[in-house]
Amino acid sequence: MNAQHTLDTAPGTAGRKEGMRLLARATLAELTAAWEAIADKPDVAPVRGPETGLVMVRGRIGGGGDPFNLGEATVSRATVRLSTGEVGHGQMLGTDKERARYAAIFDALFQNDAHRPAVEALHGLIAARLDREDQRKAEETAATRVDFFTMVRGED
Amino acid sequence: MYVAVKGGEAAIANAHRLLADRRRGDRSLPSITIEQVVEQLGLAVDRIMAEASVYDRSLAALAVRQARGDMIEAIFILRAYRTTLPRFGYSEPIDTAGMLVERRVSATYKDLPGGQLLGPTFDYTHRLLDPSLIGDEPVAAPAMKEPGEQAMRVSDILDGEGLIEGDGQMPGGHVAGDLTREPMEFPMPRDLRLQALARGDEGFLLALAYSTQRGYGRTHPFVGEVRIGEVEVELDLPELGFAVSLGTIRVTECQMVNQFKGSAKQPPQFTRGYGLVFGQSERKAMSMSLVDRALRTDEFSEDIVAPAQDQEFVISHADNVQATGFVEHLKLPHYVDFQAELDLVRRMRRDHEAARAGQANGMKEAAE
Repeated sequence: MNAQHTLDTAPGTAGRKEGMRLLARATLAELTAAWEAIADKPDVAPVRGPETGLVMVRGRIGGGGDPFNLGEATVSRATVRLSTGEVGHGQMLGTDKERARYAAIFDALFQNDAHRPAVEALHGLIAARLDREDQRKAEETAATRVDFFTMVRGED
Repeated sequence: MYVAVKGGEAAIANAHRLLADRRRGDRSLPSITIEQVVEQLGLAVDRIMAEASVYDRSLAALAVRQARGDMIEAIFILRAYRTTLPRFGYSEPIDTAGMLVERRVSATYKDLPGGQLLGPTFDYTHRLLDPSLIGDEPVAAPAMKEPGEQAMRVSDILDGEGLIEGDGQMPGGHVAGDLTREPMEFPMPRDLRLQALARGDEGFLLALAYSTQRGYGRTHPFVGEVRIGEVEVELDLPELGFAVSLGTIRVTECQMVNQFKGSAKQPPQFTRGYGLVFGQSERKAMSMSLVDRALRTDEFSEDIVAPAQDQEFVISHADNVQATGFVEHLKLPHYVDFQAELDLVRRMRRDHEAARAGQANGMKEAAE
C-alpha cells in the first residue's frame, strides 16, 4: 500500500475499481469542486440511499491464517442513475452520506465517454494528494528508525 | 400480587438536565469540539472504538464527550448506536502485511527487514508531568527521513526455518462465527474467541495477561513484533462482481512468540498468540495475544490450571458493557426483593430466639 496510488485509467473493471478506491478517499471539497467544474451536468436520480450502515471488518488469525470477525466499521453508500443512463455506486468508511452520493455520481460519470476525462482528472488529483500524505507519513516514521551501534569496551 | 410503583419522572428529567449542565461545566470556558477530541485525545477515541467494536472516530469522540470522559459509558453509547444501523456485509480480511506502518518493533530480532520503527510512542519518555502542556506552546514538526524497505513480518522469518507454527488455521469448511449474530457457546472456537477478545475490556485483558506472566498459566512469551498502521478495508459488491476499497483504518497487531511444543509426529517449534485491535493500542493488542495463547489449551493438550486458560471464565467476563450492566443494575430499585429478604431474616431470628429459649429451658430442667 506504500505510496502506490496507481492511476489505471483503463475504462474496464480495473479502472473503475481503482477509481472507486480513490473516490472513497476524496474530500467533500474535492468532490464538490469537480462537480461544479462540469459544464453539461446530467440530471442525477437516486436509486438507493445515500444511507449509512455497518460492515463487519475481518482479520486473519495470526495475520495470514483463517478469517475472524474483528469488529464493525461505519460505511455510507449511495447508488445513482444519470439522465444519460449510467448507474454509479459510491461507498466509503464513515457516516458522510453527501460524500457517498458524490462518489456514486462520479462512478457513473466515469462510465460516460464524454465525462470520463473530467473524472480521471479528479482521480489524478486525489491520487496525488494520497501519495503526498502517505509519503509524508512514511518519512516521519522512517525518522524514528533505530540505528544500532556497538560499543566496544576494554583494550582488545 | 404485583404492585407497580410509579413516580420519579420529574426527578429523572431534572437529573438529566443537571447532567447536561455538569457535562458542559464552566460556561466561561469554550466547549470542546468533536474534532478536538479526535485530534488531541486520539487514544481515548481508539479505545472506545475497539471496545464498542465500531470503527468511527467521530462517533467515538461524540460518545466520550457525551459521557463526560467516562470510557465505559462512551463504549456503551456507541455499542447501543450500532444496533440502529443495518449491516451491509463482511469485508475481505484485512492484510496487515501490507500495512502502511507507523510503528513496528520486535523484541526477538534486533536487525530485521524494515528495522525497528519507534513511531509516536510513550516508551522512553520519563513519565514526568510536562508543565509546558499547561499552556499552548508551539510544537515542532516531526523529523523526516527517506523510508527504507517494507517491514517484513517476523513470523515469516521464523517460518522460513520451520521453527514456528503457521498462522492459525481452523478445521476445513469452518465459517468464521460472529458474536453479534449468534449467542455465545462453549467451548468456543479460536476465531470467535479472538472477536470477543478484540472488543474485550482492556483492563481485564491486561490483568489476565499479567497473571500469565506471574505464573498463572505461564506461556514464556516474546514479542515477535508489534505493528501499528493503516490497512485497507475492501468490501465485495455483488452488483459489480468485484471488491472495492472503502478506505483505510488504523489497527494494532501483536505477534507473540511463545515457548515450544512438539509431539511424536512434529518436532518442537515456537507457538503463537495473536492480537489485533482497532486503533493504536499496543497494551491491548499485547494483552490479547497473551490471553489468546493461554486459551489455546485444547490445541496443545495443556491442563487448565489458571483463570487466563479458562475460556468460559475469560470470554464471559471480558465484555465491559455486559459487566457494567449487571453490576450497575444492583442500584436500581429492589424494594420488593429486599422486603422479602427482611421478612425472611426476621423470621429466622424469631426461630433462632425460640430455639435458644427452648434450649435454655431444657438445660434448666436437666440441672434441677
